[in-house]
Parts: sequence; structure tokens; C-alpha cells
Amino acid sequence: MGRTRVVITGIGAVSPLGLTSARTWEGLCAGKSGIKRITKFDPAKFSCQLAGEVEEYKIQQYVPKSFRKATKMMSKDIELAVIAADEAVRDSGLITKAIDEQKINVNPQRMAINLGAGLISCDPCELAPAVAKSIANGKFDIQKWGKEGLDLVTPLWLLKYLPNMLACHVGIIHDIQGPSNTITCAEVSGHIAIAEAAETIARGDSDIALAGGAESKVNPVLIMRQCLIKRTTSKHNDDADGACRPFDSDASGSIFGDGGGIVVLENLDNATKRGAKIYAELVGTAQSACINPVYEHIEADGYGLTIAIEKALAQANISPKDIDLIIPHGTGILQDDLAEAKGIEAAIGEETKRIPVWPTKSMLSNTGAACGGLDVVAAVLAMRDGIIPAAKNCVKKAVGCNLNIVTTTQKTNIRCALCCGYTYGGQTAAVILKKFEN
Amino acid sequence: MIQDIKKERVVITGMGIVCPLGHDIETMWQALLAGKSGVAKTTIFDASTFPTTFSAEVKNYDVAKFVKNPNLHKDGNRGSKFAVGAAVQACRQAGINVETDNPADGIDRKRIGIYLGAGEGAANHEAFFGAIAAGWDNQTNVMDWTKWTDVAAVQMRAMHELEQEANMPAAHLSMLTGARGPIRSCLTACAASTQAIGEATMTIRRGDADIMIAGGAHSMIHPLGQTGFNRLTALSKRNDSPQTASRPFTASRDGFVLGEGAAIVILENLTSAKKRGAKILAEIIGYGSSSDAFRVTDMHEEGRGATQAMEAAIADAGITYNDINYVNAHGTSTAENDSIETKAIKAVFKERAKQIVVSSIKSSMGHLIGAAGGAEIITCVLAIRDGIVPATINCNDPDPELDLDYVPNTPRKMQVNVAMKESFGFGGQNDVVIVKKYQD
Repeated sequence: MGRTRVVITGIGAVSPLGLTSARTWEGLCAGKSGIKRITKFDPAKFSCQLAGEVEEYKIQQYVPKSFRKATKMMSKDIELAVIAADEAVRDSGLITKAIDEQKINVNPQRMAINLGAGLISCDPCELAPAVAKSIANGKFDIQKWGKEGLDLVTPLWLLKYLPNMLACHVGIIHDIQGPSNTITCAEVSGHIAIAEAAETIARGDSDIALAGGAESKVNPVLIMRQCLIKRTTSKHNDDADGACRPFDSDASGSIFGDGGGIVVLENLDNATKRGAKIYAELVGTAQSACINPVYEHIEADGYGLTIAIEKALAQANISPKDIDLIIPHGTGILQDDLAEAKGIEAAIGEETKRIPVWPTKSMLSNTGAACGGLDVVAAVLAMRDGIIPAAKNCVKKAVGCNLNIVTTTQKTNIRCALCCGYTYGGQTAAVILKKFEN
Repeated sequence: MIQDIKKERVVITGMGIVCPLGHDIETMWQALLAGKSGVAKTTIFDASTFPTTFSAEVKNYDVAKFVKNPNLHKDGNRGSKFAVGAAVQACRQAGINVETDNPADGIDRKRIGIYLGAGEGAANHEAFFGAIAAGWDNQTNVMDWTKWTDVAAVQMRAMHELEQEANMPAAHLSMLTGARGPIRSCLTACAASTQAIGEATMTIRRGDADIMIAGGAHSMIHPLGQTGFNRLTALSKRNDSPQTASRPFTASRDGFVLGEGAAIVILENLTSAKKRGAKILAEIIGYGSSSDAFRVTDMHEEGRGATQAMEAAIADAGITYNDINYVNAHGTSTAENDSIETKAIKAVFKERAKQIVVSSIKSSMGHLIGAAGGAEIITCVLAIRDGIVPATINCNDPDPELDLDYVPNTPRKMQVNVAMKESFGFGGQNDVVIVKKYQD
């Protein structure tokens, strides 16, 4: 088998900074934060009342006419994936069934899809009429639910909340008939999905793959979950702009949000043949795990991240000297930020002082399964424009963090960029992009 | 550069299971060959008024019987706890040490990965429904989030919330084994663990790991899971006779039976297995994955995606359909699946379709959803080992439209050299894995 090179030929993003990758990138370059007080529900009694919400959109505008009816079966997570995928496909110049049924220029069986997804949490209001029907003696009664309440749940309810429905809806819209997978490794899902999609191309099972992730974290159940696990900050409810502070000494927790980040990966031969614009080459990916009995945090030395980064560097056949940008996970949870900083430092050694590190969550918020896709899109655009925007809210670097967090915007040639991530539960991943050279 | 496939051979060196038919491989296998059913009235929650009142539960399971440090897994969701028990069995058989910082097995933990098809942990339903009930005003149809929060913030428990996340079973297995290689978890509905084992095979083939702990863990026997499937009218409602409810390929089939469990295999690079002197149970020779791209609610009418995945797996294995002796069916006992699956088998096996032996163990075990494919791949290995194919039980009234050899009611003694496992998930996910008797 020949050596297969995998390149990025399309990008799509929807984030608290905008509904497109261009708007998102503008916001990042301007140091804007998409974090605000929650409007989707009244957060008054939540310890954290902030989130990164996405501005309003009409989902019908992102799907072909024939698919408009199916938008009723889309949870927000699915919508975000559909929007990001629409942009990525259009940007790549590929003509799928959704773009123009008369001019299709892809072979559906040679297209794959691999998306990271969260465990989609349902909307409590959607179930509320059924719950109200199931009250006996002032309390919820499971027998009444089985008898009466259940019938008020819309018949296709479950299909809105299965994690694989992101990839299924996008796959149906664009007629993607090759391998399809849904990675559910929480906040590192997007990174892993991109890695696996690239492997699908490398092993010859597809020529093109849509990859990345999407998730809507702005759901009362999910925000409550993160509040209870104490991963959110409760100190900044009156200061949304300064709330999420990755690697800052005052970091006190993460802020969650909605987003989607999807890229088109393509076999280089395929991309060259059709004259596609090439953003970057995907040269290294690896995963590992942090092992910590306190499952909600990663181990103090971030060793699982070190392993993933070292392995990705080896696969890319480069050294830390070749890296000009790192986008870390950087949640703004101080303990995890410090562990991540140590894990990265152990992998890049003396280059720690030099390599610019740019966390994005102070602006994009923590979008769970979308993080990896959004960060890869951000890295691709930084590489294209030769710009590393300033990190936001890292005013006084936390003691113990030796990373070179960029505090002012830098104009620089980026040869290689590393995006890395981890999640509660411990899974870690690293993705390395290289400026494309023929 | 993203790694190409190096054609490393991938073998199975350990297996473990926790399922409605038993908490170990041999108990499960004997129950299966005896034609037993794991289905009964649901006890995990009060389902007595639901359209379906029964399921295939894992009964009397205690993770503490498998580990020295059960505290590390005490908060785990049902799937996580099942996964730990199944993984302990599989690792023991493969000679991989667990629960130690200083393993004496000589295996570098960076060369051990994990790939699970794993599902969600159940919500704390009292808190979940209670908070909604407290906040909802049925007159105005408005949620008072303050009232909702008052209940949710008090009744929801941090660790229970964390354990609802689908990546937690994999987290428990890293903790158990110390695995630091590639760790992934996927959730492609009913195809998840077949996909996990397929992708784990690819991970070893391309050299990213020497050993993969792969399989599935899932329990959807909880009020919201059952509500969802009941509303989709996917579940059997044969409440008067639970043990005959799962009846794949019959004319009277009326839906699947919800099950739960975990199934884990140890996949290993052949060179590594030989070097360690591990006992080789079988070889994985092929994997194929496709999507229907048709409808989220239905399978493609002609089984287009299912056929494509089977053909991809056969091509990947470098064999032809003539080489396959046994198809372990998805066989859910729903009207749609069994009919379309039969069509797809006919499309793939052509003139041999009526000779090919096809059976569905979901008739006995129920449908383990994310964990189903893993349990069924284990059965393929056992069929190869013992020269016997488990029956499709409850197969008394053949559907005249479905005319393959479904091994009705009595297991079949036959030599199985190559077995094919196919799994199809909601949304049009199709995954196929091919298992072969190991020959040097």
C-alpha cells in the first residue's frame, strides 16, 4: 500500500462567537468572549449562571428543501453539527447531494463521517407535560408515567437524543455512505473523531471524510451536572468577560457552551486531482489516558497528555522544535490547567519557553465534544493567516505553569500546530497539523 | 504522517462477559446451548404499567467479586461495573495483570489500548422527574427554573451525574488495567461494540497498540430508555410470555427485548501473543463499516448499507462469501430488521444464501444494545472453538417471507471455520466483523 497523505480541504464552525468559521475567527482575533449570562433558562439559582450560547439561526436554511421536515427531529446538538458540516462541505468545493443534486462530484460510498458527540441531554420542558400527567399524591409516580405520562412523549423522542444522530443526519443530508462513527469521549471526542477519520482515509476505506464534533452544553441538566462536579466557576456571575481564565492564577472553573467544529479531510491525491484548496496536512494523531481515582480531574502530572503528544510527534516525524503553536485544552479549572501544563511541558522539554500556547476557551467557552473540532479550525486559520491571537484572561500566569501563554497577538509563520485535549474520565488526545507543502 | 495499515494479524487472547445468561463465559455459553432465556419481569425499576413489562436483566451482579479495590468502581454506572467484571475475566485469560502499579506480565502499558462501544449511565430518575414536576406549571406550560433548581441541586449527586457520561466505562477500565495506549469510546447505537472491536482491530493492524481491550458495556433498562424504545414501538409487548418474546425471524415477532451487560475481548498482535505464549482463541480477519444515509427512523429498504458493510468486511478479510460458514445475525426480532437483514444476506451470499447458517442469540439473551455486538462476537469464537452453533430459540412459526436457515430451536453441531458478525444500529449504522479459526 502506498503512503497516504491526509489534508484538510474544508472547514466549518459554529460557536458563541458566530455562526461561521470566519465570524468565529474574527471574534478570536479581536479577543472577544462569547460567554454571557444564560438566556436559555433562568439560571438565577445555579452556582454558575454563565455560558457560551450561539446566536439565533434558522436551521431550515442549512438543509435542502426535501429535508426540512426532518429538522423537527433535531436536538440542538444535531443542528450545530448540521450547520458546521454545511459550511465545511461548501468551503471544500465538494458537491454533495445537499449542495446540488445535479452536479454531484463525490462518490458517496467513498465518503466517511466521524463526529464527536456528547451524551445528548433532553430538554426537561419537552418531557414536562408527560411528567405533569404522572403525579400522584404530589409526587412523580412511575406507575402513572407508564400508564399515562409515557403516551405524551413524542414517538420519535429517543431519536433526538442518541449521540450517533449527529453523524446520521449529516450523513443523510450529504449522502455519506461510507464508514460512520460517533466518538463519545466527552471533551476529547472531537480530537479523536478527527484522528479516526484520517485513519479511515489512510487505510483506504474512504477518500474523503467529514470529521469533528458538536455539542450543546447549554442545557439545565448538563450545566447542573458540571456545577455539582464543581468544574464551573461561581465567582464571575457579574463578570462574564473575565469568567473563564485558562492558566491564570485566578482561574476558578470552566464555562460551558454550544458549538460545532467540522473539517473536511481528504486523501491528498483526491484533493490534488480536483484542484482543491488545501489548508493544512494532518501529520500526527495519538491518544492515551490520564489515570486518576478522582475521575473528574486528570492526574497531577498530566502524564496521559505527555504520552499522547510524544506519540503524535513521533508519528508526524517532527520534534517540538518544528511546532509554532499549541492550542491546549485549557479549561480554566486551575488544578487541571496546572496538570495539563506539566503534561505538555514534559513532552516538549526546553521548547516550552518558546512555543506560543493559545487557549481558546476563555472566548469560545468549553463546548465539550465540539472543542477538538473548533480548536483544529482555529489552528488552521492561524496557520493560514500567520496570526496567533492573544490569550484572553491570562493576566497573571498561575504558579507552576511554565508554558509560554501568548499575551499579545503575534504575527508569525506557523509550520506545525498542536491541538491537545483531555476529559474527565481521563482520555487524552493530540492532533498535529503541518503547513501544506507539496 | 497518518499511519497506513500494516497488515499485522490480530488474534483474540482473552474473553469476558457479564450478561443476562451469566457472569462468565462458560455459564453464558452453556445457557445459550441449552436454549435458556434470560428474559423476565423487569425489576430494576417498576415497569409494571409500561407497554412492555419485561427485559433481560443481569441479576445478582456484584463487581466486588471481581476486584480487590471495589471502591474505585463503587460509583460506576451499571455499564461501568459490568465492564470491569468482564474485563477482569478477559485479562485473566490473556495473562494481563490488573489492579497493580507494577504489573509482572511484561507488557508495556503504553502498548495496551481500550476501545469500547459504551452507553450512558441511567439518570437519577427521582431527581430528574422530581425536578421537572416541581418546576412545571401545567396551567401556563412554563418551567419555573428556580423551583426546578431547588430540587435538582439537592437531589442530584455529583458522582452519579459524572457516571452518566458515556466515556466512564472506558475510564474504569484504564483505572483497572493501567492501559495508556489509545483509549476510545464510541456510541453508534446497536452497532457500537462491533464497531469498537472492528476499529480496535485496525488500531493493532496499523501498529498503534499491541493489545486492545475491546468490546461493549451498556444498560438501557431504565425508565427513559424504555420510554424511548416503547414510543418507537421497537419493543416486544408480549407481556404474558416474556421468555418467548424475543423470536427473531418468526411470523409473530413483534419487537426486540431490552437487555444489558458487558462483553470484552482482548485483541492482540499475533507476534506479541506468540512471544508471550498466550493461548490464541481465534483470529479477527475482517471489518467493514458503512452508513445507510437513508432515514434516521428506518433501515434502507433493500439493505443497501448492510450489504455494503458485509462486502467491505469480506474484501478486507481477503476471502469470498464461499468461505463463510456461519452468520451471527443482528436478528433483533423486529419486523423491519429481520426482513431487511435477510434480504442483505441474500444479496451477499447469492446462490449460497439458503445454505448459509444464520442464528440470532438475541432470542435468548435479549438485545444488549451497545454491548450486543461484543457478546455476539464472543459467541462466534465459542462456536468456532466447540464446533457448535447456538440456536435461534422461539423460532416456531417461520415467516414465509424469511426463508434462510436460522437454526431454529436446536443448536447445530458443525465445523465453523469462518464466522461473520453483523450489527445494525438506529440511524443506519452498519458494522461487520469476521472471525476465523486460528491457524498458524
